[in-house]
Amino acid sequence: MAIWDYANPTRFMRLADRILPWLIGICVIAFAIGLYKSFFMAPEDYQQGDTVRIMFIHVPAAWLAMMCYSVMALSSIGTLVWKHPLADVSAKCAALIGAAFTFISLVTGSLWGKPMWGTYWVWDARLTSVLVLFIMYLGLMALWRTMEDPIKAGKAAAVLTLVGALNLPIIKFSVDWWNTLHQPASVMRLDGPTIHPDMLVPLLVMAFAFSVLFFVLHLRAMQNEVLRRRVRTMRQKAAASARPAAATATTQPAE
Amino acid sequence: MTGWAKALFLRELRIAVRIGGSGVVGVLFFLAVVTVIPFGVGPDLNLLARIGPAFLWIGALLATLLGLDRLFQADREDGALDLILMSGRSLELVVLVKCLAHWMATGLPLVLAAPVLAIFLNLEPLAIGAVTLTLLVGTPALTLIGAIGASLTVTLRRGGLLMAVLVVPLAIPVLIFGVSSADAAIHDPVPFMTPFLIMCALSLIAAVVGPLASAVALRFAAD
Repeated sequence: MAIWDYANPTRFMRLADRILPWLIGICVIAFAIGLYKSFFMAPEDYQQGDTVRIMFIHVPAAWLAMMCYSVMALSSIGTLVWKHPLADVSAKCAALIGAAFTFISLVTGSLWGKPMWGTYWVWDARLTSVLVLFIMYLGLMALWRTMEDPIKAGKAAAVLTLVGALNLPIIKFSVDWWNTLHQPASVMRLDGPTIHPDMLVPLLVMAFAFSVLFFVLHLRAMQNEVLRRRVRTMRQKAAASARPAAATATTQPAE
Repeated sequence: MTGWAKALFLRELRIAVRIGGSGVVGVLFFLAVVTVIPFGVGPDLNLLARIGPAFLWIGALLATLLGLDRLFQADREDGALDLILMSGRSLELVVLVKCLAHWMATGLPLVLAAPVLAIFLNLEPLAIGAVTLTLLVGTPALTLIGAIGASLTVTLRRGGLLMAVLVVPLAIPVLIFGVSSADAAIHDPVPFMTPFLIMCALSLIAAVVGPLASAVALRFAAD
């Protein structure tokens, strides 16, 4: 029990402590370059004007939203197959970050949609599947919160994550079908002219910055979760050792 | 069907019919949902005919979701679930048999009630047939997908609401193709068989994934 609870996570904590400063540095530099390039150097779109700059936040966030789910799916395999003690920590932490990125991409998307399409929300296939992904993230987080035992919660969430990973392509496919059936692609097509290098470079830098940001947040969240579980274990041990002492203390005067 | 599976199937059916009458209550709920719709969207018969298949499907989905907590919860409360787990039978098959019995008790009544409720929504005879057929093929998928949610939340005291949240995203494809094929039969922008066959495929996928995932979750819930 002690090995599974402490040994490996301790090594992980030390490793994370060593990597994190470098990652944070890279993240800050990448964001500085990416934000400068996207807000000052990237040209305005000839149709969309300055609003096109929303893309530099929106598109990386959407990519990250999907990457987080793949990280969770891989971690879930780790939980179910190898019972790795850090796998469910990783999955749990990725869920929150994934939900945040999904939320960012939804919000920026609708802010972008208002000036471009004239409405905050359209039941476009892509938007709808991201919304479904968001609901799945929130459902997973709710499942984690309602189960008290972190190990059991991790296993249950791993099953659900994998079922979700299996279902996401089906959902994507069926939502595409649903939308094209009702309304063929019209205004919502984002692939107008192919993207110009002046815009593509900042976009890729921002995507890199977002990915590094994810790893920073993920590692930090995993450290917090490991510490939280240690506190939980220590509390339980303290409670278990306190009870017999208290019991003898109350029974002694009676004797 | 081998002996133990048949015994389990009959037991589940008997319990479902004798205790609580969950099938009848599900149909009542279905009726209540359909009755509420005209109050929400107005009594325009043309509009109701157009959105009728969609609402029948949503009603069936909601009724299925509400009935799902009985799938494993009662067995867990009286200890039967632990006995089943220890019986050494393939848990995946057990889940499949339980789902089948659950569907016979709760899903089939919904399918049988659908033509009657479709009259309230001013559906054409052809549309009534199409909706009933799609429900007949699609509701088993809802039960099987729901079994995953039911087994994940079986240890929770008030898991019903959470289960609905977990199951609804997974049920979206079934809903889409159910409604599309019913619509296709009426307006035919696409041939009826295309979405219908995809929905049959979804049901078959659910018949594999549902019991597998649900059995894994039940094993974890037990230890």
